[in-house]
Amino acid sequence: MIKFENVTKIYPRMSSPAVDDLSFTVPTGEICTIVGPSGCGKTTAMKLVNRLIEPTDGNIYLSDERGETRNVLEMDPIVLRRSIGYVIQQIGLFPHRTILENIGTVPQMLGWGEARIRRRAGELVEMMNMPLEFLDRYPHELSGGQRQRIGVARGVAVDPPVMLMDEPFGAVDPINRNILQNEFLRLQQEIKKTILFVTHDIDEAIKMGDRICILNVGGKLEQFDSPANILAHPANEFVEDFVGADRALKRLNLIRVDEVMDAHPPLLQATQSVEQAVGLMGEQGLRFMYVIDADRTLKGYARLKDLQGQTGWVDEFMEPAATAILLGTNLKDALSEMLVVDYANVCVVDTQNRVRGLVNTEMIHEAVVESSAAADEVGEA
Amino acid sequence: MDEKSVSGYSGSVDPDEEFSLQPAKKKGLFGRFDFPSVNDVLGWTVIPVLMIIVVMLVYSQMLLPIEPGSMEANMMGSWEVGFGSVLDAAVEHLRLILISTGLAIAVAVPAGILITRQGFRDFSGLILGVANIGQSVPSIAILAVAMGFLGIGAKTAIFALWLYALLPIVRNTATGIEEVDPNIIEAATGMGMTNRQILLQIELPLAFPVMFAGMRTAAVINVGTAALGAFIGAGGFGTFIITGIPLSRERMILVGAILTAVLAVLMDWILGKVEDRLVAPTARA
Repeated sequence: MIKFENVTKIYPRMSSPAVDDLSFTVPTGEICTIVGPSGCGKTTAMKLVNRLIEPTDGNIYLSDERGETRNVLEMDPIVLRRSIGYVIQQIGLFPHRTILENIGTVPQMLGWGEARIRRRAGELVEMMNMPLEFLDRYPHELSGGQRQRIGVARGVAVDPPVMLMDEPFGAVDPINRNILQNEFLRLQQEIKKTILFVTHDIDEAIKMGDRICILNVGGKLEQFDSPANILAHPANEFVEDFVGADRALKRLNLIRVDEVMDAHPPLLQATQSVEQAVGLMGEQGLRFMYVIDADRTLKGYARLKDLQGQTGWVDEFMEPAATAILLGTNLKDALSEMLVVDYANVCVVDTQNRVRGLVNTEMIHEAVVESSAAADEVGEA
Repeated sequence: MDEKSVSGYSGSVDPDEEFSLQPAKKKGLFGRFDFPSVNDVLGWTVIPVLMIIVVMLVYSQMLLPIEPGSMEANMMGSWEVGFGSVLDAAVEHLRLILISTGLAIAVAVPAGILITRQGFRDFSGLILGVANIGQSVPSIAILAVAMGFLGIGAKTAIFALWLYALLPIVRNTATGIEEVDPNIIEAATGMGMTNRQILLQIELPLAFPVMFAGMRTAAVINVGTAALGAFIGAGGFGTFIITGIPLSRERMILVGAILTAVLAVLMDWILGKVEDRLVAPTARA
């Protein structure tokens, strides 16, 4: 848990506060994104937690996995910082140290043995889907995305209950950022850290946050709520403007493809005869269908016009599918992928590429309409 | 179901993909003092050619007749113009440089570190100003002033050379530390490193290439300046020059001048090699 209690920060020689009477609580195991325009004090607020900046007034409490609550102001800053995972925007990997030494920074300061550090670093590198050889490389030998993953690995090296992340995916290109975000969300399912995540990007805040803390210039808290509530019920005009006119569309970020897909779509077997397939398509009124093999692995798709008048087996006339959406993807990413390949409907697959359902643009549209309606009901109640 | 229709959605799904680029490399507070390095080709060609010329000059100098009891002979005293005196001068010259540069490193590195510490940054101008004196006052004048209280001899020359070497080392130490990416320092602080750990494990290793460049600059400049030490009886290659001038012995003057130049080029070249060895390839990236 991270708890802010009437926290104020006024920099010397400044008349207005950078953080103004901030109070909110991030429950254990949740990600809280802090978002706001530049000058809203979001980074300042975060740095108050590990005392890189000292608050002028108020208290900040942390609780560990045993539920012990500590006031950060009563702790030795060095001990405090070593107990908090810290990942920053430009990653800040030490260029003269290997990946192993980088990940081992805090473990080494805490007096871990060499073998234990190497074991832990290896574990983390594998958790980030990178080969063990990387341990002995230097940061400049890695790509931006890989460095970013190492930054995260370094942050969780000693398994700290609390993490601070300052625009951790800010320095990579949009495509890689999306991949890193998804990876991190999957990782978080396992490690369940309590995280304060600073970003300037409302989309990222919505996607990553279990809760969002929206700050205005001068460090004023405008709204602290779940992403769904913030999108449905902006507390005031500022939040409404900040969230943007496309907040209905942003709700796509909050819905997973599993929730809207057709889990029992009509599919063709690769070993079916063409006549049978044409008959099935006629029955369903479809012009094309996806093709699977015996254990439901996606093989491709077959078009009615390619099958008509032919004889043989379906797999002789099918085309390979250009894309499929992974189970658990949010609707925004799913729709984006569909637009890229220009498919109106795509298969939803699990990690073994087995078809688990089908989703199309109509289903997505319906889901958005439904969720706005549901949100409005909550609002009126 | 239409195979290819995405009605109802148009335009980009991801319109605001802002992302920050790496900020432009921060310029240090103190500027940078660098010496253009002499490359290997120059080292392997120019130095041997110059050395051959020196050998020829010294050899021909030895064959020049010197009248016993003449003014020339008096001025040269017991000093023998031959390969033995060239070797003596080289040892003296190197001694001046090594001692003065070594002492300068011992003082300038801590001073350079000090002026980057919190609370001392305000004094950085003052300290750099003091170090600047050695650079802006002509070296011959420093020798003259120092002679006033230290007398003549090697220690006066070493003092002047020491003063001369301070600035490049102080400045490059401070610049090297200032130029370390502040994000790296922030990450180190945020992970709970103490100031001492940050200095020893992060700042100094990363600043080392720039610091070493300052030391190299100081040593190379000192090779040339040390030639002036002969004016106050400190010995070195300058002895050939100041003895040769009143005697109008151009060959003797040339020997002193060329040997000084060769030593400077050699010093820069060797230190360049040392730098390549010491500076890990990773720290350059």
